[in-house]
Amino acid sequence: MAGAGLAMPTIFTGASWAQTDNYRNKPTGDTVTFGFNVPLSGPYADEGADELRAYELAVEHLNGQGDGGMLNTFSSKTLDGTGILGKKVAFVSGDTQTKADAARATAKSMIEKDGAVVITGGSSSAEAVAVQALCQEAGIIFMAGLTHANDTTGKDKKANGFRHFFNCYMSGAALAPVLAKLYGNDRRVYHLTADYNWGWSMQSSIENATKAYGWESVQNVLTPLASTDFSSYIAPVLNSGADVLVLNHYGGNMVNSLTNAVQFGLRDKQVNGKNFEIVVPLYSELMAQGAGENVRGIVGSSNWFWQLQDPGTAAFTKSFGTKYGFPPSQAAHTCYVQALLYADAANRAGTFNPCAIVEALEGFEFDGMGNGPTLYRAADHQCFKDVLVMKGKENPANKYDLLELVEVTPVAQVMYEPDNPAFAGGELGTCNPGA
Amino acid sequence: MDGLILQTLNGLDKGSAYAMIALGLTLIFGTLGVVNFAHGALFMIGAFCAVVMNGMMSLSYETIDPAQLDFLGQPMKVETTYLSSWVGPDLSAALIDWSVPLSLLLTVPVMVLIGFVMERGLIKHFYKRPHADQILVTFGLAIVLQEVIKAFFGANPIQTPAPGMFEGSFDFGVLMGFDPNAIIYPYWRMVYFVFSLLVIGAVFAFLQFTTFGMVVRAGMADRETVGLLGINIDRRFTFMFGLAAAVAGVAGAMYGPINAPNYHMGMDFLVLSFVVVVVGGMGSLPGAVLAGFLLGIVESFASLNEVKMFIPGIDQIIIFVIAIVILLTRPRGLMGRRGVMEE
Repeated sequence: MAGAGLAMPTIFTGASWAQTDNYRNKPTGDTVTFGFNVPLSGPYADEGADELRAYELAVEHLNGQGDGGMLNTFSSKTLDGTGILGKKVAFVSGDTQTKADAARATAKSMIEKDGAVVITGGSSSAEAVAVQALCQEAGIIFMAGLTHANDTTGKDKKANGFRHFFNCYMSGAALAPVLAKLYGNDRRVYHLTADYNWGWSMQSSIENATKAYGWESVQNVLTPLASTDFSSYIAPVLNSGADVLVLNHYGGNMVNSLTNAVQFGLRDKQVNGKNFEIVVPLYSELMAQGAGENVRGIVGSSNWFWQLQDPGTAAFTKSFGTKYGFPPSQAAHTCYVQALLYADAANRAGTFNPCAIVEALEGFEFDGMGNGPTLYRAADHQCFKDVLVMKGKENPANKYDLLELVEVTPVAQVMYEPDNPAFAGGELGTCNPGA
Repeated sequence: MDGLILQTLNGLDKGSAYAMIALGLTLIFGTLGVVNFAHGALFMIGAFCAVVMNGMMSLSYETIDPAQLDFLGQPMKVETTYLSSWVGPDLSAALIDWSVPLSLLLTVPVMVLIGFVMERGLIKHFYKRPHADQILVTFGLAIVLQEVIKAFFGANPIQTPAPGMFEGSFDFGVLMGFDPNAIIYPYWRMVYFVFSLLVIGAVFAFLQFTTFGMVVRAGMADRETVGLLGINIDRRFTFMFGLAAAVAGVAGAMYGPINAPNYHMGMDFLVLSFVVVVVGGMGSLPGAVLAGFLLGIVESFASLNEVKMFIPGIDQIIIFVIAIVILLTRPRGLMGRRGVMEE
């Protein structure tokens, strides 16, 4: 136990947390309640729906139903389908509406009215940061869903919060060498950046990472989050002298800006004697479906991909595909894994006391969950694992076969020190048991 | 110079959508006196008519192909469209390729029907109520419609590509003596601009050169007198509501290849289109069209880096700044009529 442990009272360290009953929402019956806080409305509703499917599958597996999924491949063997610490897993869910304030309100309700011991889910960094702060105040564990901004485990990190998903810095570190290999050095880059926290974080991460390969940013244009037609932002790219366009957009923004860029013939252009290229730093399968044929050949990064060949991925894809009839998204994967990681941590800790869970997760190394060997770093509660560089498939065989793997970037290449300037500010603090 | 031409062209297609939505909005306001905040939702439903048309043409039956495996490693279910079975694979592929323009055949009757149902079923009960009540009920209706669409089609955008022959861009730069690639403009956006001119022209011709249109115009000028002449003006106004819905619908259906339809696109356009109506002058059809194109172009120029360097964020507020300036200097808008919304 690193930083957080040093700050705690010495009587509450190690196994002693297990004997401490004084914590919030201690389960008293024969069930323990999880709170799934996902966007079921708003722009990321489809991701939220996939997250909820994954959580329901995780609950089934934890309670011994279905084929067990990743319980069979997870390196930790405390989960045997009998629930957690002898209690069956129940759940409540809330609609975050893809809004930070609504996410906070639903999480609060699940903590105060439903007695949830853990809040998990979400599809945006704004939601994650807001709910993480709430859980820290309330003394509940937060297992983040899809959140990619550096701040979640940077300046806004909290002792009670944990992120399995990768972040902007990692995307940049993974993409830069691949982009240099594919498109060469000495490129001139035009950035279109969504004008909010994640967009700024993504833009600076990819700019810093590609600079080392001789890529120069000629322009960074901030686009309003509410934009739908990006043609007036795309048109100036044509005459900017840039030969690469980086779309620091996500969700509907990404679908529309990429569609507009392809419509304006950017991909057929030659500038500075080189083919013009488009890069989308953060890929999602659901967005790729939205962008259709426009994603073909476009490079980006992902946290996980259902076509990976490891046993964990195969087990999860089989369970999910059999139950729902289509492959899982990376949002579904990260949420499923987070639910299992929490359950395993409680089993290992022997209690649902949040501080014991924190202790069990900090520095925890595991495998068999689809990402290879993974570490939950104690210093910032960020998972470190391999990052995938993906490309839109040129000739998809079916409607799910939209992306292909370009390279698995080893974790060592995306690792950074906790005091990296991109994550500066804020303190992890100490865990709060809520009592 | 080439940048200016390019942004003007960009503004024209955006302005085309604004103009068509604003035309319908002001048509409804001019005839029925209703401020219809559900008009953006009609634009969105029109776009989804194109999605439905594409989906209907792509309706398929499944056969098991043991030679191919699906993502779970089981024999793959291969989908074959009914259309392909009926008309052959080549014609089927060509029809699906043209599904967006063909969707107008579905969009017009569907939108007219929705317009009639909306007007007879809900909005007619609010004719004599204050404008604030009308805004509240139509805004509520817009939210209901977009949630219904989201329940059926999901939250993610759905691509409705343009026919293959309109894919790609035209190099205006070469035509005008600039460097190649200096002024590139997508073919479909040109189609959309021409289409909007045709629709707007047809609506004006209908109002100008038909007896029906003449009565409607007379009713817009003096509803009471036309009624005293024994003409059932209400029925004609109901028809105009259906026509306005159809104009918004076809504008939405043809917009799909420019930006993939999603459940929220109506709201994205509604506020701006309403500003367009106010700038053009409440109840003025030419004003709505003029302001639509004007604001589309101005918005496009405001996105230029050179402009944003001087006034950061101007692209997000320019339309509202212009609305404020015009309303301060010309309170009735560019071409507004005396007495409209002045009671």
